[in-house]
Amino acid sequence: MQETTANQVAGNATSSFTEHLQRDRPDLLPYNRVMPAAAGAAPLQVPHATTIVAMSYGGGVLMAGDRRATMGNVIASRHIEKVFPADRYSILGIAGTAGIAIDLTRLFQVELEHYEKIEGTLLSLDGKANRLGAMIRGNLPMALQGLAVVPLFAGFDTTAGVGRLFSYDVTGGRYEEHEHHTVGSGSVFARGALKKLWRPNLGEAEAVFVAVESLYDAADDDSATGGPDPVRQLWPVVYTVNRDGARRIPESELAAVAGRIIEARSADRREA
Amino acid sequence: MTQQFYVSPEQLMKDRADFARKGIARGRSVVVISCQDGIALVAENPSPSLHKIGEIYDKIAFAAVGKYNEFESLRQAGVRYADVRGYSYDREDVTARGLASVYAQSLGAVFTAEQKPFEVELAVAEVGATPELDHLYRLTFDGSIADEHGFIVMGGQAERVSAVIAEGWRPSLRFAGAVRLATGGLSSSADQAAEQGDAAGILPAKAVEVAVLDRQSETSRGFRRAFRRLNYADITALLAEED
Repeated sequence: MQETTANQVAGNATSSFTEHLQRDRPDLLPYNRVMPAAAGAAPLQVPHATTIVAMSYGGGVLMAGDRRATMGNVIASRHIEKVFPADRYSILGIAGTAGIAIDLTRLFQVELEHYEKIEGTLLSLDGKANRLGAMIRGNLPMALQGLAVVPLFAGFDTTAGVGRLFSYDVTGGRYEEHEHHTVGSGSVFARGALKKLWRPNLGEAEAVFVAVESLYDAADDDSATGGPDPVRQLWPVVYTVNRDGARRIPESELAAVAGRIIEARSADRREA
Repeated sequence: MTQQFYVSPEQLMKDRADFARKGIARGRSVVVISCQDGIALVAENPSPSLHKIGEIYDKIAFAAVGKYNEFESLRQAGVRYADVRGYSYDREDVTARGLASVYAQSLGAVFTAEQKPFEVELAVAEVGATPELDHLYRLTFDGSIADEHGFIVMGGQAERVSAVIAEGWRPSLRFAGAVRLATGGLSSSADQAAEQGDAAGILPAKAVEVAVLDRQSETSRGFRRAFRRLNYADITALLAEED
């Protein structure tokens, strides 16, 4: 009798917010919905978030995302933000179905904070990366119906003292990336640009420049990726994370960087 | 079949209350002070890892005295309640009042329905934009809830500590002054024990647990989360600081 009580207590002890929701409020989870299999129906028209680039630089990692969401051939949003701080030492970017991705991000942020408050200590970077993988796997049934979410995760490993980068597939597979990585519809073009622009041990300012320029190249060839927009004063969202924590690069700095790129490209007067 | 002895409901409740009070009186005290910089939470606690003070949400903190396993389960329940609420509505919809009323209901239910009442006393503190908007709630073992102004003292020597704090408390205190006042108050109950043996006087920084809810956390540190636990070096620096 006593042993079963002890087992029960131990079994109920969880530091995971997602597990708690799964048990007590499954209706609040972004995934976990059984949708009627619509055989032969046209794929659902929902906003899709597009390109994210991430790279390591001297002292940390950087992640940048453009500001466009598309729904078929229509621009659903010019202002959407797709890169978020997950906690003090990590950031994530999302590509795929915007609605589910934004909810997953919120859930992931609460998950990390919840663990920290219950346990009194931060989750390790590998622990955070694994939790995110489990959430993406949870979304697999929805992904099979065309509502996939693919994140990119980066953080500063405070024990090892290095910035690290993780990519995922729709089944929740987690892969550690070195140097740089891209996801989303414009990722092929952004990766091509990064291969030429990225060097080991870039300074932070140079890394911001490289990220914005690779997004510019992605926007040039992919209609679903938005480039810098001087008319509306919209610039990519860029976060860096290093020993001091995550930091959002201010708009004014990004405006200057985007201005330099546009100027250089206009001066070249070339086709590509 | 065995017949149970008749016990009047008054006697039953009195016995339970006495039992809980005795348990709480054995524990060391905790002080929660609202001041100009925010809210300071100070506990006499020699353990650096088994906390009596905890973070619940952005602007809300928790402090407790009594049995560790009981208040720890209440703290975790509070964190879950706040996180679920903030996730399903919005972060600003999590309030100390809502949390305190959930605590009051659970303490009340345990007091009447369970084998034994919880031997704990809790404080729920929420920092506001100005000292007038701070909320301090005190919850006792039977589920009673009180909205306090200025400061809360709980635990074994509450009356004696409370007298010292009441004398020195001003709304214009900074964190340094508030923490010094709280440690001074806690020390006044500690000297009784110290009289018999070793050096009396002020509690050493190692024997206190201090956390603060920063009123200006967004502007000064760039964090939405106002809760900050102070380590040994911070506490020593704060106690040495001049007003």
